[in-house]
Parts: sequence; C-alpha cells; structure tokens
Amino acid sequence: MEFTFDLNTIWFILIGLLLTGYAILDGFDLGIGALHLLVKDDVERRIMLNSIGPVWDGNEVWLVTGGGALFAAFPHVYATVFSGFYNAIIMLLFMLIFRAVAIEFRSKRPMKWWRQMWDVAFSIASILIAFLMGVALGNIITGIPLDATKEYVGTFWDMINPYTVLVGITTVSLFMMHGAIYGVLKTEDQLNRKLKGWVNNTIIFFVICYVTTTMATLIYFPNMVKHFKDFPPLFALALLNMLAIANIPREIHHGREFMAFVSSAASIASLLALFAVGIFPNIVLSNPNPEFSLTIYNAASSQKTLTIMLIIAAIGFPFVLAYTISIYWIFRGKVKLTNMSY
Amino acid sequence: MDVEILSRLQFAVTIAFHYIYPPLSIGLGVFMVITEGMYLKTKDKFYEQMTKFWVKVFALTFAIGVATGIVMEFEFGTNWATYSRFVGDVFGSALAAEGIFAFFLESGFLAVLVFGWDKVGPKMHFFSTLMVALGSMFSAIWIVVANSWMQTPAGYHIVGEGINARAEITDFWAMVLNPSSVDRLLHTISGCWLAGAFLVISVGGYYLIKDKHIRFAKSSIKIALVMALITSLFQLFTGHQSAVGVAKNQPAKLAAMEAVFDDQTNAPLYLFGWVNEDKQEVKFGIAIPSMLSYLIGWDVNTKVTGLNSFPKDERPPVNIVFQAYHLMVAIGFMLIGISVLGVFLWWKGTLFKHRWLLWIFVFSVLLPQIANQVGWITAEVGRQPWIVYGLMKTSEGLSKSVQAGQVWYSLIMFTLIYIGLFILFIYLLNNKIQHGPEEADLIPSEIGHPKA
Repeated sequence: MEFTFDLNTIWFILIGLLLTGYAILDGFDLGIGALHLLVKDDVERRIMLNSIGPVWDGNEVWLVTGGGALFAAFPHVYATVFSGFYNAIIMLLFMLIFRAVAIEFRSKRPMKWWRQMWDVAFSIASILIAFLMGVALGNIITGIPLDATKEYVGTFWDMINPYTVLVGITTVSLFMMHGAIYGVLKTEDQLNRKLKGWVNNTIIFFVICYVTTTMATLIYFPNMVKHFKDFPPLFALALLNMLAIANIPREIHHGREFMAFVSSAASIASLLALFAVGIFPNIVLSNPNPEFSLTIYNAASSQKTLTIMLIIAAIGFPFVLAYTISIYWIFRGKVKLTNMSY
Repeated sequence: MDVEILSRLQFAVTIAFHYIYPPLSIGLGVFMVITEGMYLKTKDKFYEQMTKFWVKVFALTFAIGVATGIVMEFEFGTNWATYSRFVGDVFGSALAAEGIFAFFLESGFLAVLVFGWDKVGPKMHFFSTLMVALGSMFSAIWIVVANSWMQTPAGYHIVGEGINARAEITDFWAMVLNPSSVDRLLHTISGCWLAGAFLVISVGGYYLIKDKHIRFAKSSIKIALVMALITSLFQLFTGHQSAVGVAKNQPAKLAAMEAVFDDQTNAPLYLFGWVNEDKQEVKFGIAIPSMLSYLIGWDVNTKVTGLNSFPKDERPPVNIVFQAYHLMVAIGFMLIGISVLGVFLWWKGTLFKHRWLLWIFVFSVLLPQIANQVGWITAEVGRQPWIVYGLMKTSEGLSKSVQAGQVWYSLIMFTLIYIGLFILFIYLLNNKIQHGPEEADLIPSEIGHPKA
C-alpha cells in the first residue's frame, strides 16, 4: 500500500494523539482508583483521592474531545462502534458516572458506610473503565463482523474472547503501574512507602501481561506486524517501547520517580503508536469480510470538514497544552489536605 | 414499544436530567464572577467567603453536569447511528469545537477555582473564575449551534443517495450562524442566567426566613435580583425574536405552539387552553384576538400558516407543544413579576420585611428550571417528526444494529441511576445550605459597611 500523508492520515494521527493524551493522563487516575481499596486508612484514602482531585476531570476531557473529534472526522467509525458496542458503551457510561459521583461525594459525609460505599464504587468503576477500554482495543485488533452498509452484525458476546479479555487485563495492569508511580510522586511518609512497594509489584504484573499479549498478537494476528515488515525502520518504535518499559524499574531503583513516570508515559505512548501503525489505514477491521473494513478514507468526513477541523485544532490545541501544563504546575508537589479537599 | 420510541424516551430522559445542571453552572458562574470581582475591588473578606460558598455549590452542579454530559455526547452514536452518519460532517465539528474550546478551558480552570485558593493569588483566582464562567458559556454556544443547525440547517449540501446520503459542509460560518443560532443562543443563555440567579435568591430567602447568615443572604439576594431583573426583561426580547424566527423558518412548529390549524390572518394569541387535535379546536381557551399575527409581523394582517397546510406526516404533536410553550411564557412573565417586585420593594426599603415574599423567593428556584425544561420540549417536540428539519425524519436516524431489548435495559438503568443521582444531589445541596457560608471571617467587617 502506498502511504500518502493527506488530511485523513493527519486526522488518524490527531485522534491517536488525543487518545494517547487520554491514556497517559486519565491512565494514572484510573490506576489510582484501581489501587484505592488496597489503602485502608481514611486519611490515606483521602490523600489518594486528592492526588487526582484537581486534575481527573480535565483528564477525562481528553476522552470527551477524542469522542467529539471521532464523530467529526470519522463519523462512520463513531456510529458503527458506538451502536455496535451498545451494551459495552452504556456500561462504560454508567461507570464514568459512578466514578465521577464517587470522587465528588465520598468525603462529603463522615459516616463510615457512606465512605466505604463510594470507595468501592470509585475503585470498581476505575478498574472496569480501564478493562472495557482494553477490550475495545482488543476488538479493533481482532476485527469485528461488519456488513456492506458499515453496520455491526455481531452480538455483545462476540466482543468477549480470551484475546480481548487479555488486552483488557493488560490495560488494567498498565494503568495500575502508571497510577502507582504517580501516587509515589504525590504522597509522603507511610503511604509513600506503601506505594513504592506496589510500584514493583505492578511492574511485574504489567510485564507478564505485556509479554503474553505481545506473543498472542504475534501468533494470532500477524496482520498487526505487516507494516513493520514492509518498512523495517518502524521497529525503532518497538525498541523504544521496550526500552521505556525496562527503564521504569531502573528509575525507581535510583529513586527518580519523576523520570519513572515519564518512562511510564512513554511506554503508554509507544504502545499506542505500535497499535496505530498495526491497524493503519483501517480504523475498524471487519472480520470476516475485510473488504467491509472502515478505513481512514471510507469512514471519513469531507476534505472540507477535515480542513476546518484542522484549523480549529491548530487554534485550540496550544491553549489546551498551556492550560494542562499550568494546572499541573500549580498543583505540583505532595498532596496536603485542606478544607476544600475531597 | 419499538426501538424508536424507546430511544426517543431515553434521549428525553437523559437530556432533561442533564439540563438541570449546566444552566445552574452557567448562571452561578456569572454570579461568582460578580462576587469575586467585588472582593477584588473592595478587599472585603465577606465577598471572598460568599464566593467560596457558591463555589462549593457550583462544584456540585458542575460534577453532575459533566457526568451526565458525557452520556449525551456518546448517545448520538449509540442510539442514533444513522443520524450520526448523516450529520457527522456538519454536526461533529461543532461538538469537537465544544471539546477543544470549552471543556478544556472549563475543567482546567475549575481546578484552580475549587482547589486553588491557597495556590494562586487573588487576581489569578479571579481570572480562573472568569475562565470557568466563559468556558461554560462557550460550551452552550457550540451545543446550541449544533442544535440550531438541526432546526434550521444551513451551509451544507447533500452528497450521495439513499442510505449513503449525507450532509456535507459547504460554508462553516453559514452553518454556525444558521438562521436560528443567535436568537436561540441568547434565549438559552438567558434561561441559564435566570436559573443561577433564582437559586441564589432562593437560598438567600431561606436563610432570612430561618434568621441565619443575614448579611450573606441580603447581599446575595440583591446581587441576584439585579441579575434576574435585567435577564428576565431581556428574555422577553429574545423570546420574541425566537418566536418570530420560528414563524419564518419552522412554520409547522409555530402553528403547533399556538394551535393554528387553518391558514389565517388576524390569528389569535392564546393565554391558555387545551387542544383537541382530532377536532382541531382549542377548548377552555382564552385568546387575544389578532395578537399572534400582530406579534410576528407588527401587523394584524400577517398570515400565519396553519397545520393543515402541511402533509399529515409532517405535523408535530400539537397539545404537548402548545402546553409546554404556554407554560414557558407564563413562567417568563412570573419571573419578570418577581424581579420587578423585588427591585421595587428594595427601592422602597422594605425588600426583606415581607415574609410572604421570602417564601416566594424560596420556591422561585423551581420556575426557571421548569421554564428551561418546557422550553426545550417546545423546541424539540415542535421539530418533530424531523430530526433534522426538512432533511431527515427522526424514525430514519436510529441505530440499525441496536435492538429494543438493549434500549429497554439502558433506559431503565439510566432512569434508576438518575433518580439516585437526583436524590443525592438534593441531599448534598441541602447539606451545604444547612452548613452555610463560613461565618468566622465575616465578623470583622461591619454589616452594610465593608471595610476598605
């Protein structure tokens, strides 16, 4: 296939960037959520929550904007996937609601049962969100049954198979590791030591999942490596990915938590880049009947819309980066509980 | 019930519930900009405490607004996939612009607004409040633009045929500034400001009745009354403009709003009534003769197109639209009445001396909420049977791969979850109101005479 760097490709990359931003940012706060119940003390749980307090909402905006951009740039993908995965998307929405509400309401009342209830909701929702997103990614790799009119013709259970579940679990493990490292950056004393211990455990858990998923992908879905064979320099990406992952325990060992976090973010970004290269130029692979796949061409909006959106993105994105960086700068350092805290 | 009616019900439930919260956030946002601005100007800690209290209420409404808002964005794809394919090229850009221009701005500065009191200086904090308020309005702009395009499509052409047909953009600004955008945007934003202002008035009235937080309550009410007076009067203008726009661009909707069945000049304006759609008559109604014709053209000879001039399958349901519309208008006038009365008594110096008025204040919070809801019902039910006016019917916009059973499940779950959320919201709002503003810092300044 001839590679042309056109508007459709640019939008494929831009939506990839939005989702990567989402995975890196919401990834750590979902990870904090996944680890939340392992912390038992109430004050420590509040510190966990407040470590993501000022930022989780902004992190979720990356998903919302990614969804909006998908709707605008590739309406057929948006329509096919969201209606085809109806039950899973609705479940995801419920979990996003539960999670938001749990964070917001948990510390508003002092009763033990109240806080325990929201803690459980927060944690389970965080794990399920990560899991469902992983399952969705897995389905993009395996392909889903589509017909000639771009409609999903499978059922809910067609989405669930050992491979997609494996990708789901890998995503949870990745976010747990990422969240644990973020937690180390934001906490002090006893909780800090506890989280440091978990960083090591979560790295091991993630690496096991990662190796298993990679092997399964290479064996069962060789289509994912086609572009790498055609254009070997792309292997640099795979190398970068492995180096980034290997670098995490090294940085932790030397006590450079911030660099460990950067490494963890880099491994998320390179994993998603590998995934994107693997599926390109398809966005949703049709299996069986690959000729019905949704590609960056047959699923896209008009060139005019893609151009307008590019202008919108070019105006908006510098602002988005500026706010994001300022907010993280203003709220840098260890968490201190105040009367405005969760 | 079939997929169509279930999907419509689900959209109605989720949007109606969502639409309780953003108007409160938008209205409170403006209010907080005013009070924090007064804090910066007077340096009186009182206004800072006041802002802090309303920030807490704002954070609560904002959280539910965001959680229920994500649902809206995803629901186009889950339940209205065919519609999404048809409009994505046009509608999607507005939604994406909302994300990139509004949501990031709002959510970023919200962090500073809620958690940043000790992290940034007062000016930077004020700036953040301003940005949150602006962000919430940008969000309204883009979503109303998208919805207005569904009412009065412009700046597009249709490409392809049959199931492959879709609207593609030809002129971005013609799409954004489609014939109904500006009127509807002003009307909606004003509705939001009223929702915020009357929440403040209601809480203030409650404190005065309970004889608590007196200075806080009086000051809040006065600021909110000014906001309410200006906005409610402005709403008269935006409402009129919107109705004239509907008469011109969506005559079938106007005919339903006023139950006009046959084409006529000297069309009457009903104050209330009950429409019998089969017999095509309005029962128990009182109407001002010729007023409708006069209002839409400043001339009693203006011709109003009746419903019978439209094919039977292109007429909206009449009585629902009629009732929703008339309730909205009635509430609009009530809000003007309360605001004018409040300001008049304030001028007379007896604003806080009438207990009955304080009770009216307490319950007034419900009025803009109801008006906002029935206003949307008028707009959306009045557009039926079209999902995009004149281009696509609602029944043609559904997801083809979704079965009724799936929508039953999600509809029931949404309803249950939202009922729970609403109870929770009321419970926590009540808690915040009972707790009240922090008084400790209020003592130093003398009542009514802020220290410099």
